[in-house]
Amino acid sequence: MSILIDRNTRVMTQGITGKTGQFHTKTGKEYANGRNCYVAGVNPKKPGESYEGIPIFATVKEAKQKTGANVSVIYVPPPFAAAAIDEAVEADLDLVICITEGIPVRDMIRTKYKMQGRRTQLIGPNCPGVITPDEIKIGIMPGHIHKKGRIGVVSRSGTLTYEAVGQLMELGLGQSSCVGIGGDPVNGLKHVDVLKMFNDDPETDAVIMVGEIGGSDEENAARWVKANMKKPVVGFIAGVTAPPGKRMGHAGAIISGGKGTAQEKLAVMEECGIKVTKNPAEMGKLLKSVLK
Amino acid sequence: MKIHEYQAKEILRKYGVTTPRGVPCFSVDEAVKASRELGGKAWVVKAQIHAGGRGKGGGVKVAKSEGEVREWAGKILGMMLKTHQTGPEGQKVRRLLIEEGADIKKELYVGMVVDRGTQRVALMASSEGGIDIEEVAAKTPEKIHKVFIDPGAGLKDAEADGIAAKIGIPAASVPQARTILKGLYRAFDETDASLAEINPLILTGDGKVVALDAKIDFDDNALFRHPDLQPLRDLDEEDPAEVEASKYDLNYIQLEGDIGCLVNGAGLAMATMDIIKLYGGAPANFLDVGGGATTEKVTEAFKIMLRIPHLKAILVNIFGGIMKCDVIAAGVVAAARQVSLKVPLVVRLEGTNVELGKKILAESGLPIISGNNMADAAQKVVAAAKGGSQAAKGGK
Repeated sequence: MSILIDRNTRVMTQGITGKTGQFHTKTGKEYANGRNCYVAGVNPKKPGESYEGIPIFATVKEAKQKTGANVSVIYVPPPFAAAAIDEAVEADLDLVICITEGIPVRDMIRTKYKMQGRRTQLIGPNCPGVITPDEIKIGIMPGHIHKKGRIGVVSRSGTLTYEAVGQLMELGLGQSSCVGIGGDPVNGLKHVDVLKMFNDDPETDAVIMVGEIGGSDEENAARWVKANMKKPVVGFIAGVTAPPGKRMGHAGAIISGGKGTAQEKLAVMEECGIKVTKNPAEMGKLLKSVLK
Repeated sequence: MKIHEYQAKEILRKYGVTTPRGVPCFSVDEAVKASRELGGKAWVVKAQIHAGGRGKGGGVKVAKSEGEVREWAGKILGMMLKTHQTGPEGQKVRRLLIEEGADIKKELYVGMVVDRGTQRVALMASSEGGIDIEEVAAKTPEKIHKVFIDPGAGLKDAEADGIAAKIGIPAASVPQARTILKGLYRAFDETDASLAEINPLILTGDGKVVALDAKIDFDDNALFRHPDLQPLRDLDEEDPAEVEASKYDLNYIQLEGDIGCLVNGAGLAMATMDIIKLYGGAPANFLDVGGGATTEKVTEAFKIMLRIPHLKAILVNIFGGIMKCDVIAAGVVAAARQVSLKVPLVVRLEGTNVELGKKILAESGLPIISGNNMADAAQKVVAAAKGGSQAAKGGK
């Protein structure tokens, strides 16, 4: 077990003919069971062609019908990425992982609106993707830094997720799944949604939750943890030193109107029984300290 | 992207929002000429800078004669206007807006932002206008009314009317308020705004509803589809280092410390600032070089950091994913040679091709201090920065 994706997941790449889509489809295919997992690509202009032996279809619907793909990963450029998500949602896929950074918020508001009542789950956009180590890797994270194990990682940031994983590995702790939910203000699954999945996953023992300034997703997740979580959760929030009113790289990483500060998030997390550290170099150590 | 009040008002007028008549001016003579054209007996001379709180800082004055227009325009143009949103030095005023005076009976607030909780645009309104809405939210949250706008239907008449009534707009003026609220939403939506605010929205003595001030910020990610809005950017209002960095597609924010940071990834870049602070140092900047950093980008990033006069040391913190450590190491070495680095440089590399990267640094012959992990690198750079400052003091 793991969450969201495993060795039996069948993936299609939307935007498979672009440079980024090709590169990460290839590395995904080469990782663990990837050869069996990556089954289709989508490009409306290039149906019938193939990449690395992966057949390309004109639409998501057709790719799903012909190959049984139930998950898509999106590398489509920002102006067209929201429409790509819409197409995957309309085709009733289980999960869409959107890597694309820089999608206009207005597009995402409309996409989220259309997703109401649909079965498809969305991860991202502006995220590194999801990996279930030694089974499947969907996204841009380096596969080789991971190892199968029993720790879950959920984060809004890509490289900070790698940092957390790197620290776990130094302590000999592998991961069940690592989920990058992305740095945009309007997005798919939130911390709380992923924590629920880790809570239900019998192969996850504890979770590292990495957050950053902006919004109140971490606070919401912390309150849920207090009421429901059966497993230890430790946390770090990036941006204690971030100035207010400035967007710190991620579209969603901004303290506006005095709201969304790291201090506020850390305080709520602590109140809710989450062990937190202000030292990003100690996420792994802190996690190890709460393991039974 | 931020724009000036007069530009925001021009946009809002296109969407049926009533504003005072006004003319943007760049000189005292233009200001006097504008007041003549506008006519009337009173004018408002308004400093145009991107920061809020201009009135309190002395950047907004009422003139009752042409002489007063000249006097205030002369005093405000070129002044360093300090508000709670500018730095301690203030922001230089280079533009003015000359407006006809308004008969203010009541000051209200309306604004729109993207609400993350509902993932919709939120209309916020209050009977308490003309002051910081955050203050109202903190002290009297019951005086803020909200509508989360259905992206399919837009702002509905009934919603607009309901909000208007709640903030104390009399029945006779509600239709005009409805036009303004619906116009504000359409403007927000169609221009890809991230924030739109009318503060204050006023009720005049004769029952008119008028946008006395206006502020619009745009979603940078959507500017590609608004070529008409792009020229509204005013580089004079932005930090020169940040403007320079944006030319090279670097995510850069100037801070006040003395330790420069070059990091890949926004989250890790913030965490790097945090850990420097934790170990007793102060970050000079936020810098995310992104996943595709080239030697050119790294070189430019170094150049920008080296312009910081009080810079004491630089920390490069890279966790290579897509970005290979050997590529960044080669970039760092080439950049360090090109810019003749005069401050200590600490480099921490991890991830893809890390051994190759470390080898390139070691063989470069450059006095690069290697950090074994994030904590080690942060401690070393803080120590290097402190050592540097002590040496400087000792030399005097």
